[in-house]
Amino acid sequence: MLEVTNLQVKLEEEDKQILKGVTLTIPAGEVHAIMGPNGSGKSTLSYVLSGRDGYEVTEGGATLDGADILDMEPEERAAAGLFLAFQYPVEIPGVGNMTFLRTAVNAQRKARGEEELSSGDFLRLVREKAKALDIDAEMLKRPVNVGFSGGEKKRNEILQMAMLEPRMCIMDETDSGLDVDAMRLVADGVNALRSPDRSFLVITHYQRLLDHIRPDVVHIMSDGRIVRTGGPELALEVEQNGYGDLLSEEGA
Amino acid sequence: MADTAIRAAERTAQVTRDEVTPDVIGGQQPAPAGRLATLEAPQGGCTAGARRDAMQRLVQMGLPKPRDEYWRYTDPKLFNADAPAPIEIDDRDPQMFSTMNRVKLVFVDGAFDADASDPLELAGVTIETLEQADAQPGHWVAGVYGTLEAAGQKPVARPFAALNSATARQGLVIRVTGEAPKPVHIIHLRRDPAADAVLHHVLKLDEGADLTLLETGMSGARTNDVIEVDLAPRARLHHVASVRGNPDRVGLRHMFGRVDEEASLKSFILSLNGSQMRHETVIDIVGDDAVAHVAGAVLGDGAAGPFHHDDTIFITHGAERGESRQVYKKVLKNGAVGVFQGKILVKPGAQKTDGYQISQALLLDEDSQFLAKPELEIYADDVKCSHGSTTGALDPVALYYLRSRGVPKERAVVMLVLSFVADALAEVEDDELRAEISDRLELWLNRHAVSAPKTGGAA
Repeated sequence: MLEVTNLQVKLEEEDKQILKGVTLTIPAGEVHAIMGPNGSGKSTLSYVLSGRDGYEVTEGGATLDGADILDMEPEERAAAGLFLAFQYPVEIPGVGNMTFLRTAVNAQRKARGEEELSSGDFLRLVREKAKALDIDAEMLKRPVNVGFSGGEKKRNEILQMAMLEPRMCIMDETDSGLDVDAMRLVADGVNALRSPDRSFLVITHYQRLLDHIRPDVVHIMSDGRIVRTGGPELALEVEQNGYGDLLSEEGA
Repeated sequence: MADTAIRAAERTAQVTRDEVTPDVIGGQQPAPAGRLATLEAPQGGCTAGARRDAMQRLVQMGLPKPRDEYWRYTDPKLFNADAPAPIEIDDRDPQMFSTMNRVKLVFVDGAFDADASDPLELAGVTIETLEQADAQPGHWVAGVYGTLEAAGQKPVARPFAALNSATARQGLVIRVTGEAPKPVHIIHLRRDPAADAVLHHVLKLDEGADLTLLETGMSGARTNDVIEVDLAPRARLHHVASVRGNPDRVGLRHMFGRVDEEASLKSFILSLNGSQMRHETVIDIVGDDAVAHVAGAVLGDGAAGPFHHDDTIFITHGAERGESRQVYKKVLKNGAVGVFQGKILVKPGAQKTDGYQISQALLLDEDSQFLAKPELEIYADDVKCSHGSTTGALDPVALYYLRSRGVPKERAVVMLVLSFVADALAEVEDDELRAEISDRLELWLNRHAVSAPKTGGAA
């Protein structure tokens, strides 16, 4: 589904290479995790794939279902099925969460040539999905992420994911700032979305989240490259020994 | 003869010029004879005295000059001109609030149109035209007309308001004695491309009275509106206006308010387009525990011609525990210019005053600019006053966030602009009114989403 080939990326404004050749294949239905120390380029990879400004691709590419996504606008990538759950979801005062969700859902449907959801259908759908994530009506009415706790913001991200039903979900440190209960809610939300034609890329520092969202493949990223790839046991190895041993072993 | 009266006023002015109080800012120049000499004031009527006084004030002050302190950011040239340049008129009439139950009062190019208006009947409210009231000797309006304007001339001269008081023939005189069961809605229509409209409304709310006043539409090529609002103790006025301009329209308005004990004056103005608009709001809090909230949202697109919008606010706290808010948001693109001059004056003894002022501009491109002059002047020691002013661009991260959810860029920009103006809109307490304002705003934003210099149209 997602195919990243020798992706090299530098900051637009300064001469700093962040990704130095990332190659990654995520087949449909699989959950991949990327772990790595701070500054290894994990978040940058998620930004570049979803189309954030400020980065320049110097070499390599990325395709989603065969389509080159790096040439697309962020909204086109979203309509093509890509979703990024933000590490720091943005607060948008004055715009209701519900309005935002509905605009996003219908914009994507329109872009794909599908009919827009009626307000009745939308409401039913959002209530059903919100309930599973323990998001109450009050939270849906409030402005997007304004005054939300860390856990509420992350649950709101998962609600968006559930509503938009993307094919490729990237989660950027969704576990940061979550207590155990909130993490379980988020993980349950994600697990409910797992399906043979949906893939996940879970970016995290810690193995903890991966206890709840069991990955098929774990990649270790360091200094702009993927230095090791293995099964779930790789995450445990990181948890026990830290990145230091692992990276020196790799000569990275 | 009108001319005779004015010349008489000018002579009086020459005699008294030296007596002009020195604390009037920007009021000392000799009057340019040209325009003032051509002004015609209505004669007779119960407001005659007030008009004579106003003319005298005007001649003393003279018309403003670009170097006057309060005219530094807005060139008075277009307001000073003898006549406005004709504008292009489209046939779109205002639709806002048209589904609401209200008393509709229609002005065409600044002249009251009784046939197009509802009967001037509303429980607890007496509505008359200025002409009708003027013709009645001893009418109460004689005690209010021009007096709040006159009081508002210190310490800052507002010559165009004096010009208005002296010469206005049209307007409404509204007395509210109880709780008005529905809003009064003033609708402005334009038919004459060269109309130079001068309107003067007087509102007097008796103790405990309550009125919602709506205003929409636009009149003429140039307008000079004055609203005087006198609120007795515990009276409440909710004023919500949507002022639309042609790209080439010039408009000036003043609101003078006097707010007595526990009374509340709340005014919100949405301004769209207009080549040069200036809104001055002057409010005196004279009774304890009174409230004055003024707010505005301004959307300006320089694509179809120059856009310049100026909000000049002066709120005086002269009593204890008063609460005032000034909330102004301007969205500017394609070289549009926004101005904010806002002042809070707390007089000696006005303890426990709570004054708040915020002015913010969202510049959608690098050609637009915002000029802000926030002022606080405080002579009481136990008060809470704050002010802030910001100028910024759209937050790129927020834009990315919305787009990453599939919201197309243009739509995402509209959502973020709505987010930006939300605080000003929140000043409109009534949900239905706020929703209509918000819809109007969104319609404008969608129409102007892709405008570029010299190609856009008017909303």
